[in-house]
Amino acid sequence: MSDKDKTTSVDRFDEAEALPTQKSRRKEFVQKFMKRKTAVISLIFIVLLLLAAIFGSYMAPYDVDQADYNNLLQGPSAQHIWGTDEFGRDIFSRLLVGTRLSLASALSATIAGTVLGIVLGLIAGYYGGWIDSLIMRACDVLFSFPDILLAIAIVAVLGPGITNVIIAVAVFTVPSFARIIRGATITVKESLYVEVARSIGCKNWRILWVHVFPGTVQSVIVNFTMRVGTAILAASSLSFLGFGANVTQPDWGAMLSQGRNYLNTAPHIVLFPGILIFVTVLAFNLLGDGLRDTLDPRMN
Amino acid sequence: MGRYALKRILNAIPLLIVISFLIFMFIHMIPGDPARQIAGQDATKADVEVVRDQLGLNDPLLVQYGKYMKGLFTGDLGYSVKNGQTVVQTIAPRFKPTIMLGLCAAVWAVIIGVLLGVVSAVMQGRTVDYIAMIIAISGISLPGFWLGLELIQLFSVGLGWFPTGGLGSWKAYVLPSLTLGAGIMAILARFTRSSMLETMREDYVRTARAKGLGEFLVVMRHAFKNSLIDIVTVGGLQIGGLLGGSVMVETVFSIPGLGRLLVDSINFRDYKVVQALLLFFALGYIIINLIVDLLYGVINPKVRYS
Repeated sequence: MSDKDKTTSVDRFDEAEALPTQKSRRKEFVQKFMKRKTAVISLIFIVLLLLAAIFGSYMAPYDVDQADYNNLLQGPSAQHIWGTDEFGRDIFSRLLVGTRLSLASALSATIAGTVLGIVLGLIAGYYGGWIDSLIMRACDVLFSFPDILLAIAIVAVLGPGITNVIIAVAVFTVPSFARIIRGATITVKESLYVEVARSIGCKNWRILWVHVFPGTVQSVIVNFTMRVGTAILAASSLSFLGFGANVTQPDWGAMLSQGRNYLNTAPHIVLFPGILIFVTVLAFNLLGDGLRDTLDPRMN
Repeated sequence: MGRYALKRILNAIPLLIVISFLIFMFIHMIPGDPARQIAGQDATKADVEVVRDQLGLNDPLLVQYGKYMKGLFTGDLGYSVKNGQTVVQTIAPRFKPTIMLGLCAAVWAVIIGVLLGVVSAVMQGRTVDYIAMIIAISGISLPGFWLGLELIQLFSVGLGWFPTGGLGSWKAYVLPSLTLGAGIMAILARFTRSSMLETMREDYVRTARAKGLGEFLVVMRHAFKNSLIDIVTVGGLQIGGLLGGSVMVETVFSIPGLGRLLVDSINFRDYKVVQALLLFFALGYIIINLIVDLLYGVINPKVRYS
């Protein structure tokens, strides 16, 4: 029997055995998750945010760039539910449309950092030796800077702008994933099924992808959810400092940064973007908490 | 303990050397010619070349790094493009506000965070527990710069209790340190609670209760003391993170500290100052982590004898 045939028969056996268990596990997971009300509410809020990010520009009651000099710095009213900014632009519309930019930058940075962190963590944990030392020492170096300072340092080199903010946030996301995945990989690689896969001649990349990686998925999901919240905070902080989105763009952090100049006369300009950032980060954190509690058997 | 401390210190040295090299390379990767920036846009090619020679930019990269490292030990970090003063003269007066701010934030955040965590664990499932945890999870999710702006709006603009910025008196530290410490307080509260809950399920805590010890002593002497190892580790890492938070808080409250200087220097492309500040922040973070490691050894004998 060739290596390919052996692998296929083992996989078929795995699937046949695993199917009913996976189904019941999924059902059990959904049941447990649904009991955590804060996590469910957070998930609903995040889904609404994603919808706003996709369809926000069609739903916005006003044009986000349209200045209205008759309505400068107006407080909340029936016409403008969250008031207007220093150019008379509708704050609700700008925040709604800005959801796309703010969420997209945080999500893409976290996804990029997660993918790179997973690959590095899998390689470090599975191969060990000098590759492991090299990757972990590199992570130590990245850990030697507080997150936001590392991001500022990267933006200082690359220059301001949303793309560079995404790169900066992605870079500081990498080491935490690399460490978590490395730890999980070291545990999983000693399992019997990985040993079996190795003994029947599976290639290393296949063992890593098909047998080791699925064992780390739970840690990835929980950490990813939490890191999105951190990424939103970091990206909006960088925009607030003037290193991120252009001030003319409807980005939550940039709107806050512009609004602080009118704190005395129009406090609502900073109030609503701030609340939106806060609630969004809170939702991701609560969802992460809920997922961790549901997925971690020790929590039950 | 001495050997343990020495080992930790020796471990930090190669890390520092790598970081110093990375920061040095980082600054060299920045587009633009520093010699042209110093000589001015109207300077001739020859003038720029003279400045380049003076700055040692024609030397091989490793020689430049060697000189830079030598400068680090002799206090010669070059000149600020912005004010013409030496980098040391530019940075020195900024230390005090940042350190004072960090200390104030750390003190209140640690005291309140740990207290909230302990109370929450002892009263698990009661209203106090829920309120404490709502405060904690909110604190983690709050954007520091927004919290600062809202505190200014409420307590400075609205009630007039505290100044909106600057460093005139002790009152000026209240709002910035509240802003800076909020996140750490929240993380510490959550972590202390979960660590205490775990410890309070241990056999030795049950034994202490069984032999009739009062609840306060059981909690403080047995549960809290054993949770302290985890709390110190997390707390130490978070206090290191204060250095990062200071950038935001000093910008919001117009405090002339190191964080504000970093932002101003990046905006002004004053890269000698940026280089020195990044190295200082990394050094500060490593030293704080080193102190945490050493404390860890003091609290947990298992660590220092392993």
